[in-house]
Amino acid sequence: MTAVEDHPARVFDDNDQKPVGHGRMLRKEDPRFLRGKGHYVDDVQLNGMLHLAILRSPVAHGRIVSIDTSAAEAHPLVKAVVTGAALAEQGLAWMPTLSNDVQAVLATDKVRFQGQEVAFVVAEDRYAARDALELIDVEYEILPPVIDARRALEPGAPVIRDDLEGKTDNHCFDWQTGDEAATEAAFAKADVVVTQDIVYPRVHPAPMETCGAVADYDRIDGKLTLWSTTQAPHAHRTLYAIVAGLPEHKIRVIAPDIGGGFGNKVPIYPGYVCAIVASIVTGKPVKWVEDRSENLTSTGFARDYIMRGEIAATKEGKILAIRTNVLADHGAFNGTAAPVKYPAGFFGVFTGSYDIEAAFAKMTAVYTNKAPGGVAYACSFRITEAVYLVERIVDCLADELKMDPAELRLKNLLRPEQFPYTSKTGWVYDSGNYEPTLRLAMEMAGYEELRREQADKRERGELMGIGIAFFTEAVGAGPRKDMDILGLGMADGCELRVHPTGKAVVRVSCMSQGQGHETTFAQIVAEEIGIPPADIQVVNGDTDQTPFGLGTYGSRSTPVSGAAAAMVARKVRDKARIIASGMLEVSVADLEWVKGSFHVKGDPTKSVTIQDIAMRAHGAGDLPEGIEGGLEAQICYNPSNLTYPHGAYICVVDVDPGTAVVTVRRFIAVDDCGTRINPMIIEGQVHGGLTDGVGMALMEMISFDEDGNCISGSLMDYLIPTALEVPDWETGFTVTPSPHHPIGAKGVGESATVGSPPAIVNAVVDALKPFGLRHADMPLTPSRVWDAMQGHPTPSV
Amino acid sequence: MQVTMTVNGDEVSREIEGRLLLVHFLRDHLGLTGTHWGCDTSNCGTCVVWMDGEPVKSCTVLAAMAGGREVRTVEGLEQDNVLDPVQQGFMACHGLQCGFCTPGMMMTARALLDRNPDPTDGEIREAISGQICRCTGYATIVRSVHWAADHERAARAGDSETPEAVPAGSAS
Repeated sequence: MTAVEDHPARVFDDNDQKPVGHGRMLRKEDPRFLRGKGHYVDDVQLNGMLHLAILRSPVAHGRIVSIDTSAAEAHPLVKAVVTGAALAEQGLAWMPTLSNDVQAVLATDKVRFQGQEVAFVVAEDRYAARDALELIDVEYEILPPVIDARRALEPGAPVIRDDLEGKTDNHCFDWQTGDEAATEAAFAKADVVVTQDIVYPRVHPAPMETCGAVADYDRIDGKLTLWSTTQAPHAHRTLYAIVAGLPEHKIRVIAPDIGGGFGNKVPIYPGYVCAIVASIVTGKPVKWVEDRSENLTSTGFARDYIMRGEIAATKEGKILAIRTNVLADHGAFNGTAAPVKYPAGFFGVFTGSYDIEAAFAKMTAVYTNKAPGGVAYACSFRITEAVYLVERIVDCLADELKMDPAELRLKNLLRPEQFPYTSKTGWVYDSGNYEPTLRLAMEMAGYEELRREQADKRERGELMGIGIAFFTEAVGAGPRKDMDILGLGMADGCELRVHPTGKAVVRVSCMSQGQGHETTFAQIVAEEIGIPPADIQVVNGDTDQTPFGLGTYGSRSTPVSGAAAAMVARKVRDKARIIASGMLEVSVADLEWVKGSFHVKGDPTKSVTIQDIAMRAHGAGDLPEGIEGGLEAQICYNPSNLTYPHGAYICVVDVDPGTAVVTVRRFIAVDDCGTRINPMIIEGQVHGGLTDGVGMALMEMISFDEDGNCISGSLMDYLIPTALEVPDWETGFTVTPSPHHPIGAKGVGESATVGSPPAIVNAVVDALKPFGLRHADMPLTPSRVWDAMQGHPTPSV
Repeated sequence: MQVTMTVNGDEVSREIEGRLLLVHFLRDHLGLTGTHWGCDTSNCGTCVVWMDGEPVKSCTVLAAMAGGREVRTVEGLEQDNVLDPVQQGFMACHGLQCGFCTPGMMMTARALLDRNPDPTDGEIREAISGQICRCTGYATIVRSVHWAADHERAARAGDSETPEAVPAGSAS
């Protein structure tokens, strides 16, 4: 199925009232958001609540000589001042990260990045807490910082992580994948080899809501309730149990409404732990909400990969092999959230969507005096970097071969009969039918006509570019045999209870940050069990009310939790069938399921609805032998494989020859995320990701000066697209269901963020062809584009 | 100091610190948490409210400066249990995802339609360009505002084809 999406000006489907699941449905969460009745962490207001503020390091690298908190403690509204030394006495100064490293909660020995947490103040109101920070006097012995990742491993470089026993350098990890010898052989026989250095600069998710928490420790029953901005409430609870030594059943993590996450709210931040400690110390509820500058300078960034890409091909344009060498900047602590066996995430899919003979990647990760992180920004576990690399290098090859980039891709795309396809780095692509997706995008764009227009404009000295990107993602982590985070298997639980009157509640372990789970998961269950979505309540974001699971990131909600929701509904339906057989006095085999009711085969007049069955399950009278009362089930879904969405994107840009300003004139996105549950929500996910892509390609970068000062610490310096920088998106879709997912869905949350940056950069480089340009690094700001036009493009870091 | 203002039609009076920002006054002192805060630099616009009918960024206004003025927040958009057409449009056209920027976006959109009932795409984009949405990519917000404009135009014309209103509490 392929289609171009229309743009309905107004559509009021009432399908939430019908016993059908999939299709456009208005969102169940919207009525509260529209009225200003969303409930975010900073909206939590508890009696006697105190406010916490964090003192942060002004320097990138320095030894703490002394801290004087006496003036802050004397402030009349201050209730507590806590330093790293005080935490160390409780064994709480360090915490594990989600990638088997440790990170300081409050610095004890050294500060390792500008913005690192040094001390906190708890006061009666948020202004007083901030005032008191000014009263803390810290003396630092400034140490030389390591800012350029390329110099981190030089002999004599300052050692950042001297907290790690025996550590004498800034090496974080090495990793490699693929067949080095086979790749070398393929390169040796190639007619053409193209090499290109490509930097994916450090960017930041910057959700509109910053990170924060409210901790409420009840001294009487020893129970901690923590409202926090978390995309993974269950994983966080387990980590708090490990860090704080609190028994896990005495910790309740609540993620209320989340004002955007994009990966930024996956890690555990020191602020959360500080709030917990503060509540335990003061016996009062304590709120911590970071400001924007704290969010940009201290929380999980994304990317920061310095890559060399090499591609080998025949002179006819058959791609033979791809090779890459990556230097990864992980900041001061390895704060990425990656499955244990995958320190570079899923970068191994860098072979992309192409039928090649061999591939090899080698990576070295280093510590620098920058904020920790690496998980964030719709990264699909580093697939963003992988796709950018391959799609950029393929365009470089097209340039070398003087071939049209669409033609080169069409020549090399995997063919439908090759699926399931095992990539040269061992990834098993579940399904795909790539060519129709690219063809549809080209048709929507009017590709041939655009090329003619471009040729005309070049004649006149106008700079117009057309960029293509084709991507394959690997999402839905993941099979527990291969994937865990800190020993926690990446499965997800789901519980479904059908109440006596036929209404239902479904409890999921993933956590919405705006994706519309309350709607989508109701639709998934409705599709399977025939209860209208309006009659199904979705509960997420409360560890006391939902089964265990690893949460929402890496586009994993639909592939994992969505599968769990479908499976649990089928389990309930199986039980309903047995109860129905008793009610209709026929054998189970004689029943047929017709959306919402069981019918006796051959006698449509005899049937019972799911609501009838629910009442019987809870009511008086006998049930079939061996059947317990009630109509509910719980499962834990362990995916057998990842899912592999794909898409084809085409971007059209105009570059002003006088000012070097890039305007994205058109953007055509054709996505294939398998079975589509709610097209309206899918379109929204794609639009948001495309806008991220414009930001990363043209505007956003977290940068540092040579002393390690973050010079992108506010939204005046870290530029995010507004409505004026983005076009009206043109979307379309193809549908290639996943063969192993119970409803064939693949996930779409990150597709556009992954696929759009290379399309935009390819378009800008295409526009600048008259200048002989083959590559320029993001972000393609006017000054950087101007440099490229003058013949000296500069790396962004 | 004492400050008195009208908020969503009700007069309120509180003892406050002179440095208190209007956004914190609304949120922490009045419990009107629909107005959000998202940056330190007046860039994001999640805090937009009306002061005497004009959209302002309430993170950049002292509560004291609002003394004697009429403030309207997102909580004041719904009238007599009927959602404002702008609110309906945002729901109908998926103009929101996480909902965090939404109150500010809707307040700006309402102000735009009050002075320009039939805005172009470009005028809508210009109007909301002082605000950031990280989720939607803006196109659905533009559609939402058009939806509201169309709805209001039809209502003014007494058109029997008036787009169906989203009932209060729909799909909740």
